Amino acid sequence: MEKIVEILKGLHPEVDYDTCETLIDDKIIDSFDIVTLVSDLSDEFDITIPVEEIKPENFNSAKAIYAMVERILDEE
Amino acid sequence: MLFTSYEFILFLIVLVILYYLMPKKYQWILLLGASYLFYAFAGRTYLLYIMATTLSTYLISNRIHRLQQTASDYLKESKGSLSREERKEYKTSMKKKQRRLLVVCLLLNFGILAVLKYTDFTIANINSLLNLFHVRKELPFFRFALPLGISFYTFQTMGYIIDVYREKYSAEKNVFRLALFVSFFPQLIQGPISRFDDLKETLYSEHFFDAREVSFGLQRILWGYFKKLVIADRLLIAVNTIVGNPKEYQGVYVLVGMFFYAIELYCDFTGGIDIVIGIAQVLGIRIQENFIRPYFSKSITEYWRRWHITLGTWFKDYMFYPISVSKSMLDLSKKCRKWFGNGIGKRIPVYLASIIVWFTTGIWHGAAWNFIVWGLLNCLVILVSQECEPLYFKFHSRFSVKDKFWYRLFQVGRTFWLMSFLRTLDCYRDVSTTFRMYGTIFTEHNYGQIFRGGFMTFGLSLADYIILILSVTLVLVVSLMQRSGSVREKFAERPILLRYTAYFVMFLAVILFGAYGVGYDASQFIYSQF
Repeated sequence: MEKIVEILKGLHPEVDYDTCETLIDDKIIDSFDIVTLVSDLSDEFDITIPVEEIKPENFNSAKAIYAMVERILDEE
Repeated sequence: MLFTSYEFILFLIVLVILYYLMPKKYQWILLLGASYLFYAFAGRTYLLYIMATTLSTYLISNRIHRLQQTASDYLKESKGSLSREERKEYKTSMKKKQRRLLVVCLLLNFGILAVLKYTDFTIANINSLLNLFHVRKELPFFRFALPLGISFYTFQTMGYIIDVYREKYSAEKNVFRLALFVSFFPQLIQGPISRFDDLKETLYSEHFFDAREVSFGLQRILWGYFKKLVIADRLLIAVNTIVGNPKEYQGVYVLVGMFFYAIELYCDFTGGIDIVIGIAQVLGIRIQENFIRPYFSKSITEYWRRWHITLGTWFKDYMFYPISVSKSMLDLSKKCRKWFGNGIGKRIPVYLASIIVWFTTGIWHGAAWNFIVWGLLNCLVILVSQECEPLYFKFHSRFSVKDKFWYRLFQVGRTFWLMSFLRTLDCYRDVSTTFRMYGTIFTEHNYGQIFRGGFMTFGLSLADYIILILSVTLVLVVSLMQRSGSVREKFAERPILLRYTAYFVMFLAVILFGAYGVGYDASQFIYSQF
């Protein structure tokens, strides 16, 4: 989880990722950020994030991103 | 059968009466019949194309779905007997089979679109090249007729099959139900480009007559006609005069043309979408909004989130993400990070995907270099503003102007003019003329002329200008009111006499001031030509 928050901080340091659950809904992270995020997560956890996983509910909070990474790791 | 024709109004009245009188479970079948009838009016041969798209998508999506079920059943049955690697290998091989089918469907349908829409454009470019190398031979043009709404229904249907492939939902088992999704007549000509999961419940369910919904739908249709016929078609005359005579109308006139075209296009496209969503609402069907007051946007990225929303999200979900997060793109990004450093390496996938998406967005709008340059310039502005983000951040933290009304107004004005500037590429006959006209804004000092009778040379009378000023002010006021909720709902709370007087006045305005009187006919919607 810390690694994910660290990656997110690299994109938008001003956001409190422990509490924010509307990263997509409030347009805090945009499509460009998501691509960078997918690239960083793929490198960090050595996973392939399929394009169908790119949906608002998977990127709305650090927790949601963590759950998605866990699930992909589990499936792989 | 144009939305603005009497035949269409009659078609709609008969349809609505039958729709609410007939047994509810057959309503969607009536809609399918009406949609095909509507399409047949445009050209009977066009039906073959839409049927080919429907049938190919139906067969292939169901085949993909069956493979998904087979894979899921097998994996469930063999739980425990297969190793992790074997399961992974099986999943990959099944996904590969599905991908092959998907590619066939995409190639077939985008192929039809590409051949019909872009063959002559390609030939024209080849001929120009041959000319450049002094080859005297010229390839002949095919002049294919473009089926009505093909760009819209192809995108909507391909979005559907990609979603089936991604297992977002299962494939539709009934070919006629899928046919209705592909051909639903209100949105066939100019969108919105709907998603199957958004539309299926509302499209196939039974609808009882709901006076409030029907009334709201009719109000929206009337509002759409008002924007289209009173404003857009009136401004069209002035825009055509200005852009049709680039030798005569330069300098300040180019700016006036830009401004008029911005309002014309907005009222034409949003008016058309109001009619589409209004018709659907009369039928009890909810369609996704395609605009959220785009001219109030403070940046170009925000503008593109609020203008033609369904096309933007289509490109984002089915093109931008698949390209930018593809394995090859991420590998390229990794290599670039090694060669050029972290900053540039990370930008590569986003930049390449953006350029491809905007090139395609441009060419989707029309087979001409104007549209391609327009798309790429949009991309350039977005990427430059993305790069300037740290500068904006510094500026906003140093000067606390972000929440000031005058600063927001400046941002809105800047975005409006920037978009209007780019959009001018739609208007002139080619890219070089457009850029020449851009140049004259700075070189021709004829700013005084416009107030010395210039406005009266565009083919509009003083009465036309008064109608335009009043109508555009009304659209602006309504847009401002929409920010705090539905205007129709607010209006519904007003006394009945006031409401019906307003509806009647609006109806009269469309009848009396609609630009379809003596001398010219209501024109086609601009987006129906895309």
